[in-house]
Amino acid sequence: MQQSRRAAELKAVGIGKSYGAFHALKNLSLDVGRGEFLTLLGPSGSGKTTFLMILAGFERASRGQLFSDGIDITDQPAERRSSGMVFQGYALFPHMSVAANIAFPLRVRRKSEAEIKRRVGEMVERVGLQGHEHKLPAKLSGGQQQRVALARALAFEPGVLLLDEPFSALDKSLRGQMQAEMKRLHEETGTTFVFVTHDQSEALALSSRVAIFNHGELLQVGTPQEVYERPGNRFVAEFLGEINMLPLRDIRPDEGGAKGLCEDREVALRFAPGEARGEAILAVRPEHMSIAREPAIAENSIPVTAVSSTYLGSAVRLDLITRSGSRASVSVPMEAARFALEKGNTVWLTWPAERGLILPETV
Amino acid sequence: MFARSHNLGAALLLAPLLLLLALAYGIPFLGVMKWSVTLPEPGLGQYHALLTDPLVQSVFVRTARICALVTVTAVAAAYAIAYVWVRGTPGQRLAAEYCILVPFWISVLTRAFGWVALLSNQGLINTWLRATGILDEPLALVRNEFGVVVGMTHFLIPFAVFPIASAMRALDERVLLAARGLGASRTRIFWSIFVPMTMSGIIGAALIVFVFALGFFITPAILGGGRSVMVAELVYLRIFQSPDWGLGAAISITLVLIVGLLTTALFRFLRPSQMAG
Ligand SMILES: Nc1ncnc2c1ncn2[C@@H]1O[C@H](COP(=O)(O)OP(=O)(O)OP(=O)(O)O)[C@@H](O)[C@H]1O
Ligand SMILES: [Mg+2]
Repeated sequence: MQQSRRAAELKAVGIGKSYGAFHALKNLSLDVGRGEFLTLLGPSGSGKTTFLMILAGFERASRGQLFSDGIDITDQPAERRSSGMVFQGYALFPHMSVAANIAFPLRVRRKSEAEIKRRVGEMVERVGLQGHEHKLPAKLSGGQQQRVALARALAFEPGVLLLDEPFSALDKSLRGQMQAEMKRLHEETGTTFVFVTHDQSEALALSSRVAIFNHGELLQVGTPQEVYERPGNRFVAEFLGEINMLPLRDIRPDEGGAKGLCEDREVALRFAPGEARGEAILAVRPEHMSIAREPAIAENSIPVTAVSSTYLGSAVRLDLITRSGSRASVSVPMEAARFALEKGNTVWLTWPAERGLILPETV
Repeated sequence: MFARSHNLGAALLLAPLLLLLALAYGIPFLGVMKWSVTLPEPGLGQYHALLTDPLVQSVFVRTARICALVTVTAVAAAYAIAYVWVRGTPGQRLAAEYCILVPFWISVLTRAFGWVALLSNQGLINTWLRATGILDEPLALVRNEFGVVVGMTHFLIPFAVFPIASAMRALDERVLLAARGLGASRTRIFWSIFVPMTMSGIIGAALIVFVFALGFFITPAILGGGRSVMVAELVYLRIFQSPDWGLGAAISITLVLIVGLLTTALFRFLRPSQMAG
């Protein structure tokens, strides 16, 4: 990835935001690296937009400090920060043509007409809007308006581009296409991107790192793989995708990992927090589990019975119940499902030691 | 598309109003039209006079000039009031609301005489100017076009506020935020985003003010003191004082035509519902 000479590095230290007695953001510290694609992910009302507005300078933080390339910008208003921003609903200037929209930040900066013309042409081409330059935004499709918003926000080569759920108004196929285009734009411009979404698959697919928000708190930051495979707590584990949770007791450290009892069978975990002792939750993603007729020798296995199945085309989703009454689900080939579903058959739910996670008992 | 029965129902509901309009305006209008081509003798003589009589012409020109001036000043003032009303702090909004509503409770006659009390040679302003020694001779603020423009502007501002405020309310806040984020100063945002995006309200307000102003009678009669006669007053003079009913009728019909054309334009810019604010 080429790095833009202007890509900015952001640092938030202890940011808090209160509306009266309500704390929309609580003591949030986060570093955004130069040229990074960071996604803010969280459920509705978790404070993603609030944080983005503070990064942009549209809202003032109630507490904490904000740095851009080491300079304190906490009190700098939005118009002086010059971060590109793409709003939900695009917020294009309806009375200006596509070209005039893209030229706006350049006009504001008093660039020469020649340079404006060159730069607008470049941006129009970059987002694939050739031939639409003289149209008004209302005459464009949703995807095209989205592209204008991206081009306008990137036209003045901002150090950071902030995007608040830019694809929420697009249908699914267009969404996928725009995601790919945004990834390409990120690589071409090298600018730092901070992207808000509440769609976990979008976050995992696009970002270099994901920051997970809940109730105004930053729960975990990491690469998509880290947060998906090593969630720090139950909320993150569940928010990023389906996950099976089984009670685990008698936990003790073992060769860097841990051992414990699950459904009265000894199971092994390759990774475990050093302090893991006693009781906790064992979490395993369904795609890392399978079923077998006999207990596996090299893997963990517990006995289960099948409750119901859902046909998914390429596979069958089986809903299972353990002897102690915990529920789990797994996607398996049709053959395996058929055997499991025959009345009274006990099958074995198996998973490798490196796929099990220990999550604290409390949320 | 509405179903047919829907149209029929709407027509039935509107029928009493249409009947009232026909009786109260349609029939008298036809009567006036008839006078204009029959008095004192049949033919288009009065319309010819209207186009050639220098006195009538000067009144039309003066009316156009006053209406244009009033439109500019009233719309500008209304824009400022609407801005505060829509975008001000809660206290400012309340103040703006009073500015808009209070004038509606005071009759046009009272307001006109109020301005006379303020602007006349013995009025508050001139008394103060002389008392403080700023001027020796009173300023001619009333019984001229200046007084008429002031009084009419004051009367028409509230009517201009509503279409402007409704255009301002329809504006998406995020567009203004976007402009700020792109680096634009407040002045820049106002002139290149806010004003163009509320232009439909400005045009609607201007047409409303202009059309209302064309037919003004009481305010110019009092504040103009008979020296700044406008079209409506001229009609009154022709019919009740000259009496020259034919010419008065022809002027009336011409005025109605102009108003009709402007109203058509108005409806092309604004849907009627938008005017209610
Ligand atoms: N101006 C405000 N006054 C009071 N509360 C506010 C204000 N702005 C936001 N909030 C509250 O702060 C919380 C966080 O809001 P925010 O818009 O940041 O959530 P979000 O994560 O962006 O959610 P969504 O995914 O729905 O957009 C919400 O509970 C919201 O009601
Ligand atoms: Mg939001």
